[in-house]
Amino acid sequence: MNGAQDLGGMHGFGPVRPEADEPVFHAPWERRVFALAMAMGFTGTWSLDGSRAARESLPPAEYLASSYYAIWLKALERQVAEHGLATEAEMASGVASGPGRPVARVLTADILEPRFRAGFPSDRPAQGPARFAPEAWVRARNRHPVGHTRLPRYVRGRRGRVLRVHGAFVLPDTNALKAGENPDWLYTVAFDATELWGPEADPNQQVMVEMFERYLDPEAA
Amino acid sequence: MRALESILVEKGYVDPAALDALVEMYETKIGPHNGARVVARAWTDPDYRARLLADATPAIAELDIGGRGGEHMVVVENTAEVHNLVVCTLCSCYPWPVLGLPPVWYKAPPYRARAVIDPRGVLAEFGLTLPGSTRIAVWDSTAETRYMVLPRRPAGTEGWDEARLAALVTRDAMIGTGLARAPGGASA
Repeated sequence: MNGAQDLGGMHGFGPVRPEADEPVFHAPWERRVFALAMAMGFTGTWSLDGSRAARESLPPAEYLASSYYAIWLKALERQVAEHGLATEAEMASGVASGPGRPVARVLTADILEPRFRAGFPSDRPAQGPARFAPEAWVRARNRHPVGHTRLPRYVRGRRGRVLRVHGAFVLPDTNALKAGENPDWLYTVAFDATELWGPEADPNQQVMVEMFERYLDPEAA
Repeated sequence: MRALESILVEKGYVDPAALDALVEMYETKIGPHNGARVVARAWTDPDYRARLLADATPAIAELDIGGRGGEHMVVVENTAEVHNLVVCTLCSCYPWPVLGLPPVWYKAPPYRARAVIDPRGVLAEFGLTLPGSTRIAVWDSTAETRYMVLPRRPAGTEGWDEARLAALVTRDAMIGTGLARAPGGASA
């Protein structure tokens, strides 16, 4: 969706402000939000793509005014409610009005390290041959889905060149909606800054974007 | 916040001990010291460097590093000709097993907005000014692939062992918003 999360190329946010000796978390509540988001994600009730979709569907003004863990918290509460795991009243009061629903799995302390060390790979067997090879010219499709996508606005309609073919990966657009993993070929596509930002851009800069095959059209060399 | 946690525990979805262990893991065990070991190995072992640049995930796993948020790693190398910079314009994708959880600025709008349109301006805010002849390669982490920069080895470190070299490798050097520290000096 064309939401506030799609920030590439925007102006007006001011300078980057690095923090010296920054702690991993800035307040106790951030620790709890992080851990709850990880643990609830592990239940398998929704995917990481689903979580991203929930976060970016916050109204733009609210998204931009919220700290990152505040965004995570709002999205988590929304997902818990939407999936019927707890009601808003229960989350507000801390008092359960009924038993929990069954979930696929629960993250326990004893399995945490081996399970996270193994990771949760997103590559999948390809459903067919890759359409593009390295060095092929491509053009990002100009599409504006209202649902989740990982096609940033700043590359839509722009011409680039395939740098790397990664293999087939879970397609976030449909996986976020629980409409299937639909593995699709994933490429690194290199765009010249002048193609993205116009003739006054730095001629000695490129931006590489990870792009699914269905985001791309072939382009004459 | 406390109410939310109580409900999710009471309903049996989360184990409070796992929550504490998660926090401890990312506060104490997983962080940029891991990535620094990878970089130091690549600086001292040319065969390892070649494996790392060709297929980073198994090369990083050789040092028993990997997992959540780093299942599909790509390492890009800084040279005299090109400087790499990693961003996630759409959210906060970051290579957790090698760098830990991202700093606030990495997740905040100023960096996400400008890294792709004005990377030299962003680098200048980190105190890093590169010659115009250095090509800037910005990597936008829009999929589950995760990027780490292999910084250039500082001059004056000939003969150093991996542990000593690793101490020169900053988090920012592996994001591309900095360089490795010079021996006896500050990070540039």
